[in-house]
Amino acid sequence: MAARSPLGRTIAAHAVLIAYTLIALFPVFVIVVNSFKSRRAIFAEPLALPNAETFDLVGYTTVLAQGDFFQYFQNSLIVTVVSLAGVLLFGAMAAFALSEYRFRGNTLMGLYLALGIMIPIRLGTVAILQMMVAGGLVNTLTALILVYTAQGLPLAVFILSEFMRQVSDDLKNAGRIDGLSEYRIFFTLVLPLVRPAMATVAVFTMIPIWNDLWFPLILAPAEETKTITLGSQVFIGQFVTNWNAVLSALSLAIIPVMVLYLIFSRQLIRGITAGAVK
Amino acid sequence: MARKAVRWHIAVFLAPAVLIYTAIMIIPLFATLNLSLFTLVDRARVFAGLDNFRTLFGDPRWSETFWNALGNNAWFFLVHMLVQNPIGVLLAALLSSPRLRMAAFYRTAIFVPTILSFVIVGFVWKLILSPIWGIAPGMLDMVGLKSLFTPWLGKQEYALTTLALISVWQFVGIPMMLIYAALLSIPDEVLEAAEMDGVTGMSQFWKIKLPLILPSIGIISILTFVGNFNAFDLIYVAQGALAGPDFATDILGTFLYRTFFGFQLQLGDPHMGATIATAMFGIILVGVCIYLFLIQTRLRRYQF
Repeated sequence: MAARSPLGRTIAAHAVLIAYTLIALFPVFVIVVNSFKSRRAIFAEPLALPNAETFDLVGYTTVLAQGDFFQYFQNSLIVTVVSLAGVLLFGAMAAFALSEYRFRGNTLMGLYLALGIMIPIRLGTVAILQMMVAGGLVNTLTALILVYTAQGLPLAVFILSEFMRQVSDDLKNAGRIDGLSEYRIFFTLVLPLVRPAMATVAVFTMIPIWNDLWFPLILAPAEETKTITLGSQVFIGQFVTNWNAVLSALSLAIIPVMVLYLIFSRQLIRGITAGAVK
Repeated sequence: MARKAVRWHIAVFLAPAVLIYTAIMIIPLFATLNLSLFTLVDRARVFAGLDNFRTLFGDPRWSETFWNALGNNAWFFLVHMLVQNPIGVLLAALLSSPRLRMAAFYRTAIFVPTILSFVIVGFVWKLILSPIWGIAPGMLDMVGLKSLFTPWLGKQEYALTTLALISVWQFVGIPMMLIYAALLSIPDEVLEAAEMDGVTGMSQFWKIKLPLILPSIGIISILTFVGNFNAFDLIYVAQGALAGPDFATDILGTFLYRTFFGFQLQLGDPHMGATIATAMFGIILVGVCIYLFLIQTRLRRYQF
């Protein structure tokens, strides 16, 4: 390493990384900064920070005066949280069955469930819509929850079973000798040990659900079931000239994912290292 | 041989996941494939065999749009492979260099675009590239390159590439994370041995690390392929369902949406929609098979 100055190399590495970090964050910066400025300032100096003269919350007051926005927010939250809970619970249960027990068809079942990692659920949209129409579930949050649970399960089962194979057999057998049922072993011994993996799965599952536009557009476009992603898309269309409102709406839409991402980001890399790449 | 008792708990553990997955994903998928073999004649569903596919590939009214969308989709994928994945590898290689300060910060920041919704991404880039509000023209002006600016999203020859690059910007975090994880899992002994033999720096990356992360690059390539041939949202939010200008950014996802739901004066057609979905299924299946049988088996995996 000492042959070509390591200092120069470190500086070069930082330069490239800082440059790319700026590229990555710049658009977010543009949205958030301009959402706090008056309309005139947005157009005059899009890159300037808001100062005493240009600071204006008119965008936020417009958005918040629209009651719908809270409704959209709530819909997104319900859909994401319920689907996430379903994916984590059912995914962990199936992963436990596949990794813990030897039974006929185990490998086949694993492959069957893994199929959904490669084949996107969107390709079945035509029939999913027909099914939801037949079941009277169009324009309900239930339809979205069912679809997202199914969509998230394959990857969850795959990652979680990789992790559950690493849980020590001695522990589980000790539990069995103590007379714990298989269910108790799963819920009280195994689940707490795979919590880091659950966090990884949670991030990977949550982001596409929160951000999805396709299924809300097709299965639940009604006013009372719009998610925040679809809601902001429609909002942009309606308020196309009210830039303050659009920028504030987008800033508000960024917050929840950003918070969750920052909470889970430490787990993310650990999860990837141990699971998906193997 | 005594029969073992039925272990009901295995069924209980598997049932919820398998039921939901089968009912919501697998059955509709096959129902959609099946639907592509039917058509409507006088409001009655009639078996049509492969007629829909003949229409899609042969009838000039359909085939022109289809081949256009497929070609655009292929270009979209190619841009990702040539830009997104090399940048991802480069960033991961830099991040994994030992004793790099602030690595966690860079990693977190560069992944931020990936968590944003397409609505936000599409809108903000439209703003930045807009000739009217124009952050991009202003910035080019500052470095004296204003003459280079054109409304990239509005010009037929640039729009698709511009959107592909926006998508690259959004998703570069994924290859970066996966490659980074793969680089971290290379044991120190291997790298120390290389250093003893005088293999350092760039040549160490090319000769030691790159061969070891090839399986991860393979996984990323197939994930990119599946994601790209199933993309829809970014094009829809940036250019609308008509994928303008003049269908220059139309890809299979937007084509499927228009066909299935209809647009303007054309009515939605579930059977042709299912036919397009089946074609997409075929394309993705071919890609996945090439990966599983040709690429993955030839990549050597190293167990440490």
